[in-house]
Amino acid sequence: MTAMLTATDIRKSFGPTEVLKGISVSATKGDVIAVIGSSGSGKSTFLRCLNFLERPTSGTISLDGVPLVCRRDRAGDLTVADSGALRAYRARVTMVFQQFNLWSHMTARENVMLGPIRVHGLSRTEAGERADAYLARVGLSHRKDAYPGFLSGGEQQRVAIARALAMEPELMLFDEPTSALDPELVGEVLRVMRSLADEGRTMIVVTHEMNFAREVANKVVFLNQGVIGEEGDPREVLRNPQSGRLKAFLAAQAT
Amino acid sequence: MINWSIVIETLPAFWHGLQITLLLLVISISSGLLLSIPLSVARASANPWIRTPVWLYTYVIRGTPLLVQLFVLYYGLPQFDSVRESALWPLFRSPWFCAWLAFTLNTTAYTTEMFAGAIRSTPAGEIEAARAMGLTRFQVFRDVFWPGAWRRALPQYGNEVVQMMHATALASTVTIVEILRVARDVYTNYLVVPESFGMAAVLYLMLTVILTQGFRLLERHYLRHLDPKASRTQAPPKGKQHIADA
Repeated sequence: MTAMLTATDIRKSFGPTEVLKGISVSATKGDVIAVIGSSGSGKSTFLRCLNFLERPTSGTISLDGVPLVCRRDRAGDLTVADSGALRAYRARVTMVFQQFNLWSHMTARENVMLGPIRVHGLSRTEAGERADAYLARVGLSHRKDAYPGFLSGGEQQRVAIARALAMEPELMLFDEPTSALDPELVGEVLRVMRSLADEGRTMIVVTHEMNFAREVANKVVFLNQGVIGEEGDPREVLRNPQSGRLKAFLAAQAT
Repeated sequence: MINWSIVIETLPAFWHGLQITLLLLVISISSGLLLSIPLSVARASANPWIRTPVWLYTYVIRGTPLLVQLFVLYYGLPQFDSVRESALWPLFRSPWFCAWLAFTLNTTAYTTEMFAGAIRSTPAGEIEAARAMGLTRFQVFRDVFWPGAWRRALPQYGNEVVQMMHATALASTVTIVEILRVARDVYTNYLVVPESFGMAAVLYLMLTVILTQGFRLLERHYLRHLDPKASRTQAPPKGKQHIADA
C-alpha cells in the first residue's frame, strides 16, 4: 500500500538547540501510529510540524505522494509556500490538542459546525446535521448545546474529536489527548479513539498511554532526544525493547 | 417646591436636548467602536513599530481632560492661519464637527486600550485550533479572535459608553444645545435649580439606567457561555451511552 502521509528527515531547531534531528515517519491508510517518548524528546514538536503549527527547519512532508512546496520564512524555517495549499492540507490533516482548545464562546455544536461551514462551505443546516452526527459518534448528543466551560475535560476532548472528525479528514493528529485529563476521564476519550481506530481511520497519536499504544496502534515510534530510538510493531517493540533508553522509559511508565 | 408650570413649559426644550445628547453619543460611540477595533489589534501587536504609535496616541488622550481636547480643537485650531485658510476650515469651524472629533478621539483611546487588553488575554490554543483546521486569517479573526475579545471587554465597554454619555455634557461649552445647555438656559431664564439642573440630572440618570439595562441584555446574549443555566443539559440518554462499540 502506498504511503499516505510521509514525513522525511524532519529537523527543527529553536535557536541553537536542535530538538528534532531528522525524523522520518510514514503512515499508510488505516495506520494508527503511536509516538512515545519522555518529555523533551520532541514528540509534540514533531506532531506539530506535521501540521505546520511548528515550522520545521528542514525536511519534506508529502500527502498522497504529493510533496508540499515550502519556502523559508524570515527565521529560516520552512512554511508552505502557498497559504491556500496549507489551509487545504490542514483541512485534510486535522489535529486534536492536549488542552482541547475548544472555542469557549461557542456551544459544543457550534464548535463542530464552524470548520465545515468555513472550510467546506456547508450551509448552517448541513453543518448542523453533520455536527449532530459526529457529536452522537462521540456520545455527546445530550451535551450539544452546552458551552465548553461547563463540560468536563473528557467531554471537552470528545467534542474536540468530533470537531476534528467533522472535517472528514484523511488523517488525524492527536497531541497527548489524555494528558490533561483527570485519571477517571481518560477512559472515555480512549474508548472513542479506539473506536475510530477500529473503523479504519488513519491516526498519529502522541501519547503516554502505553496500553493504547500496545493494543490499538499498529506501529509505535519511540523518540529519544530528537531521534527515533526504536520503531515497529508495538507488540514487538514494547515487549522486547532493544535499547536501554526504551527499557528505562517503559519501566518508568509502568510505575 | 417644584414649579410644575416651568417643568411643563420647558419639557419640549429638554426633549430636544435629550435627542441631541443621544445623537452626540451615538455618532461618537459608533465611530469610536469602528476605529478601536483595528487600533486595538495594532496596540496588541508584537511589532513595536505598529504598537508604539497607538500607545502614544492613547497615552496622550487618556492623559489629558476631554474638555481640554475639545477646547484645543474648537478654540485652539482657529488661531492658526493655516487652519483657517485650509480646505478643512468649514469643518473645524463647526461645533458639531469639533465635538464629534474630540469625543471620538477620546472614546477611541479608552476603548482601544480596553480591547487591546482583551486581545492580549486571548487563549493561544483557541487561535491555534482554528488555524490548524484550515481557516483563513480573516476567518480566525472574525469567528474566534474578535468574538472572544469582544466578550471579555463587554462589561468594561458598557461602563465606557455610560461615561461617554455623561461626557457629552461638555458639548454645551461649544454652543451645542444638548441636555445641560437646555438646563443652563432654563436656569438663566427662571433662576430655579430643581427645574433646570435638577431636571438635567434626572434625564442623565434615566439615560444611565436605560444604557445599563441595555448592556445587561447584551451581556446576557454575549456572555451566555458563562451562564450555567445556558449549559444545563438535556437528560442523558437512558442506559449505556452509545460510543460505537464501547
